[in-house]
Amino acid sequence: MIQAIMVFNNHGKPRLVRFYQRFPEEIQQQIVRETFHLVLKRDDNICNFLEGGSLIGGSDYKLIYRHYATLYFVFCVDSSESELGILDLIQVFVETLDKCFENVCELDLIFHMDKVHYILQEVVMGGMVLETNMNEIVAQIEAQNRLEKSEGGLSAAPARAVSAVKNINLPEIPRNINIGDLNIKVPNLSPFV
Amino acid sequence: MSDIVEKTLTALPGLFLQTQTGGEAAAAKASLSSRLGRPPRHQSLTSKHEEEKLIQQELSSLKATVSAPTTTLKTMKECMVRLIYCEMLGYDASFGYIHAIKLAQQGNLLEKRVGYLAVSLFLHENHELLLLLVNTVVKDLQSTNLVEVCMALTVVSQIFPREMIPAVLPLIEEKLQHSKEIIRRKAVLALYKFHVIAPNQVQHIHIKFRKALCDRDVGVMAASLHIYLRMIKKNSSGYKDLTGSFVTILKQVVGGKLPVDFSYHSVPAPWLQIQLLRILGLLGKDDQRTSELMYDVLDESLRRAELNHNVTYAILFECVHTVYSIYPKSELLEKAAKCIGKFVLSPKINLKYLGLKALTYVIQQDPSLALQHQMTIIECLDHPDPIMKRETLELLYRITNAQNITVIVQKMLEYLHQSKEEYIIVNLVGKIAELVDTFAPDNAWFIQTMNAVFSVGGDVMHPDIPNNFLRLLAEGFDDETEDQQLRLYAVKSYLTLLDVENVFYPQRFLQVMSWVLGEYSCLVDKETPDAVITKLYKLLMNNSISSETKVWLIAAVTKLTPQAHSSNIVERLIQEFTISLDTCMRQHAFELKYLHENMECMKRVLPVNKSCEDMVVDASLSFLDGFVAEGLNQGAAPYKPHHQRQEEKLSQEKVLNFEPYGLSFSASGFTGRQSPAGISLGSDVSGNSAETGLKETNSLKLEGIKKLWGKEGYLPKKESAIGDEAEAQPIPQESVIMENVDQAITKKDQPQAHMQSKEEKEKQLLASSLFVGLGSESTVNLLGKADTVSHKFRRKSKVKEIIKSGETTSTHNMTCSSFSSLSNAAYEEDYYLDTSQDRGDKGLKKFSLNSELLDSELFTALPMVKKPSNCSMSAPSLFADNNLEIFYPFPSTPAPAAKEISVASSLSEEPTEHMHSDLMEVCSNETISVLSYKIWKDDCLLMVWSVANKSHSELKSANLEIAPAENFKITEQPECCLPVMEAESMKNFQHSVQMEEPFTEGTVSGFVNYEMIDSHSAQLEFSVTVSLLDFIRPLKISTEDFGKLWLSFANDVKQNIKMSESQAALPSALKTLQQKLRLHIVDIIGNEGLLACQLLPSVPCLLHFRVHADVLALWFRSSCSTLPDYVLYQCQKVMEGS
Repeated sequence: MIQAIMVFNNHGKPRLVRFYQRFPEEIQQQIVRETFHLVLKRDDNICNFLEGGSLIGGSDYKLIYRHYATLYFVFCVDSSESELGILDLIQVFVETLDKCFENVCELDLIFHMDKVHYILQEVVMGGMVLETNMNEIVAQIEAQNRLEKSEGGLSAAPARAVSAVKNINLPEIPRNINIGDLNIKVPNLSPFV
Repeated sequence: MSDIVEKTLTALPGLFLQTQTGGEAAAAKASLSSRLGRPPRHQSLTSKHEEEKLIQQELSSLKATVSAPTTTLKTMKECMVRLIYCEMLGYDASFGYIHAIKLAQQGNLLEKRVGYLAVSLFLHENHELLLLLVNTVVKDLQSTNLVEVCMALTVVSQIFPREMIPAVLPLIEEKLQHSKEIIRRKAVLALYKFHVIAPNQVQHIHIKFRKALCDRDVGVMAASLHIYLRMIKKNSSGYKDLTGSFVTILKQVVGGKLPVDFSYHSVPAPWLQIQLLRILGLLGKDDQRTSELMYDVLDESLRRAELNHNVTYAILFECVHTVYSIYPKSELLEKAAKCIGKFVLSPKINLKYLGLKALTYVIQQDPSLALQHQMTIIECLDHPDPIMKRETLELLYRITNAQNITVIVQKMLEYLHQSKEEYIIVNLVGKIAELVDTFAPDNAWFIQTMNAVFSVGGDVMHPDIPNNFLRLLAEGFDDETEDQQLRLYAVKSYLTLLDVENVFYPQRFLQVMSWVLGEYSCLVDKETPDAVITKLYKLLMNNSISSETKVWLIAAVTKLTPQAHSSNIVERLIQEFTISLDTCMRQHAFELKYLHENMECMKRVLPVNKSCEDMVVDASLSFLDGFVAEGLNQGAAPYKPHHQRQEEKLSQEKVLNFEPYGLSFSASGFTGRQSPAGISLGSDVSGNSAETGLKETNSLKLEGIKKLWGKEGYLPKKESAIGDEAEAQPIPQESVIMENVDQAITKKDQPQAHMQSKEEKEKQLLASSLFVGLGSESTVNLLGKADTVSHKFRRKSKVKEIIKSGETTSTHNMTCSSFSSLSNAAYEEDYYLDTSQDRGDKGLKKFSLNSELLDSELFTALPMVKKPSNCSMSAPSLFADNNLEIFYPFPSTPAPAAKEISVASSLSEEPTEHMHSDLMEVCSNETISVLSYKIWKDDCLLMVWSVANKSHSELKSANLEIAPAENFKITEQPECCLPVMEAESMKNFQHSVQMEEPFTEGTVSGFVNYEMIDSHSAQLEFSVTVSLLDFIRPLKISTEDFGKLWLSFANDVKQNIKMSESQAALPSALKTLQQKLRLHIVDIIGNEGLLACQLLPSVPCLLHFRVHADVLALWFRSSCSTLPDYVLYQCQKVMEGS
């Protein structure tokens, strides 16, 4: 099982942190820092595997990492995962990111961290590898993106207008009004008719 | 800091500023790009402090936004993303958690997605807010929108409260049949999650897992493998039947039957292959039959793996692992060994690492592989990557033997000095200590290595290590002079270590030193105890030493004091520590003080060099008896142990409930205790105080710890001659190496050796010292190539031999067992015939016992089998001839009744001092009848069966068997069992019956089978009812005991019974109970009676009853929870019946 996935830059600033095993917030931060220091010490031409730091459980866990330009991608796994397999999984993940963002860079990870998480969710679910086929992952993400585009595009205009009207008419916004995603569901506009 | 960080940080305010305007991510990026064009304005922003300020500012504005009622869900979505970012950086964003849940509940699809993501990142499984999410998840799981279902499944697999699983389980199970494969796949993984956190809740859907395994979509099948891998890891035997399926799947994958979509770098579904290989490895472990199923496909995988990409190596590695895990097959092992070579010799460091890992795994099965790759191993030992070194050391640890230990331990210590991680130190120190214990070549080396271990391992190592070390020193080995030398060496080395100024040793090391010095410094002549005491005193005064170590130190001083000439320092020490604030130290100081005053006593208490001798101590403190008695006389309260006080407290609480016997009984209990029990108990114990003393004095005895370090060390069979030499005379480590190498070089004739550079030579030196004793040759082959072939051959032939011998032994067993059954059969018939076949028979018996027969013996034995069987074949005809007349006039009418009675009377004549029931017939036919009676013995129920032969002919092999019944423990009483029953005779069988659980009534059933003369066998079944009363015996106790027992029982039952006129008086009712139920009347007080009985073997039941007009109030108590109910039922039956 994958215990944690961490992405940080060359200075140890976390860019993506996903734990599949529960650690308290502070410990999570410490683990990221510890991992960073463990990984930083290593040259590029040595092994991509190392034992997890003492916080994450010592030699029972392996850190498997890859270094791309400014970013380190580190997967922390237990003994039931194959090291080389995970190494290639990182490659798949990064290639998928690259496809989705068109020349992915560190800033993409900062400004679209939600999207990065969605991509990761399609690759790893609850600590288990869900999908390793890049085309499949991209297809899933694109399906989701279509949603967003449609909302931000034409179909979003009436929704915006509606919300403007509502803001004028009502002293307080009703909380549970469901608008948007017109092409997915029957729009829930009944309050206005 | 790099430009990126600066840019990022300068961009942050821009990012955050848009919160208020409700900007979108796209806008953020747009503004960002414009900002990036400019040079960073504030250099100061790069500092950690500035960043914190900025984020805190942002957080407070976010807080205001999310809690404002006017915030739209869309804005909220933006806020959530920002909160996630802040939280990732380590800032507390807990105020937003509830809003994340709200967003997931109320938002539209996009907002919901962010809400779910935020929830799964913010919360954990036990978070209280998570319960608020359950309804949303249930709603979304029922949605018709695929995206919503997907999101719900994803969040379930990330975090879900365990106790709420039942709420969503049926919905998720339903999703296993969904038409979309992505839904099915996610549902499988969600179920996997449930299986991890609450395995018993998903037990019922194992069949559905199988369905998922057979799913038409490969992705769903792959997802189900996660579950199977986990379940098989826990219990491989339950899934052996699936081996075929897994093999078929793997075959299809390897054979390229999957769609091209699943290929990764033209390797078909590599991750799926890895998973399957792992499962097969687990299934085939130690199981030949299962392993045989997978040999083909493993071979195929090994063959197909063309090494063009990383991921093929991943598959290959798994394959090798599997091949070595399952039941071995020589061809596969050979191929796998070759593959390991590919890894080890690869220039890629990752592969090399995995190669070492594989070697570590297989080295115990095949040490020759290490020899093959010794040069690579040496290289890895000096590799700059610490993890490579560690893996290499792990490998070396597995191949350590008495000859290479010094080098290997030296390497390990070197690594130890470099590493700082605590778990690595603990791990390595443990390994070194274990190796040293097992293989240490000589005393000096042993002590030095242990010193290194203690000083490096310090206080993190396992406490067993110093304990074992001290025990080893104290107990020694067989050779007394050797022991003394070891101790002497230890003392000397510690004294020199303590002489070094300004060195800090770990506390544990100091403790070890102080114990050794205290115990054994008398062995050193020149070092007078005074000098040692001075040193210890100096340590004691050191502030950096923990109080625990100080106690060790002062104990050492105490031990040395009797041998010291002058006592100045000791007195000073006493003075200083009797006023110490540490109570423990003060106590030790006082002890020392008083002992010091009484030198005679001190010498007796602390004998020199006797740590292992047992001292006789009066542990019961019987010498205090007089003192105690005096105190008691003066009115002191007697001492009560803790449990007794507890008990009294309980019984005093009972005083408060107004039940009839609580008071009087507890009072009687008290009177028993108020006698000076303390003293009598004390003197009782003091009688055998010597024994208890023996057990308690020896503080260092660590029982149950295996002594590992023998004089010999561990010498495997294939040990070399060099090893012997090194072993025989302990020589310093360098010379050992040199000698090894010398010999190795002289024995090696390869011309290449001369041309090797100096560096190479050094490496080979190391190699030869490391791998000495591994191969079966007496020399160490440096190139390791000449002998690999022979190694392989040997290995192969060995495996074959094993298989062959296994087969032959199994056939031996088969033949033997068939022979023995044959001979048994022959034996029986032989017996009936009463012919003189004894000789042949004995031969047969012997034959069946002897399982290691050679073929020649087999042949000689065969005719012997034939002989008796021939005889038995002819037996019936012989028999028939003799008894022809008796045979035909078979009586068709049953035997006369008068006869039966006489039979019965003969039976009852048997002496029985116990009560028994009347004889009754349980079954009969025209030939035999079975009569039975019960004897109520004190300790069990004895059932006697008499089988009477009513016919006029003999019956053969009449036998009676009782079927095993639940609740009863039935044991047959041994008695002579005549195989032939003569006409009109009878035969007795006895069974003792015990009840295991109380119940009202049960049946004991069995059958009689017999053989008539005309050799048709018949069987007659019968059954007898046994009731609880058969197992109830009176319990003869006194009223006082009754009172004690009554209080100690927790299970009670009360019932009122109406009595008939005739028995309205107490005595008559009692009498009925006594007679019918076999209860013992303990006492009668007024209109109340006490009765006691026990259920065999020893479950007591107490009964109190009171007569009130015509109502009988019964009150039962017992240690068994169900017994009172049953006894009550019997009482009711008896009272109503009479």
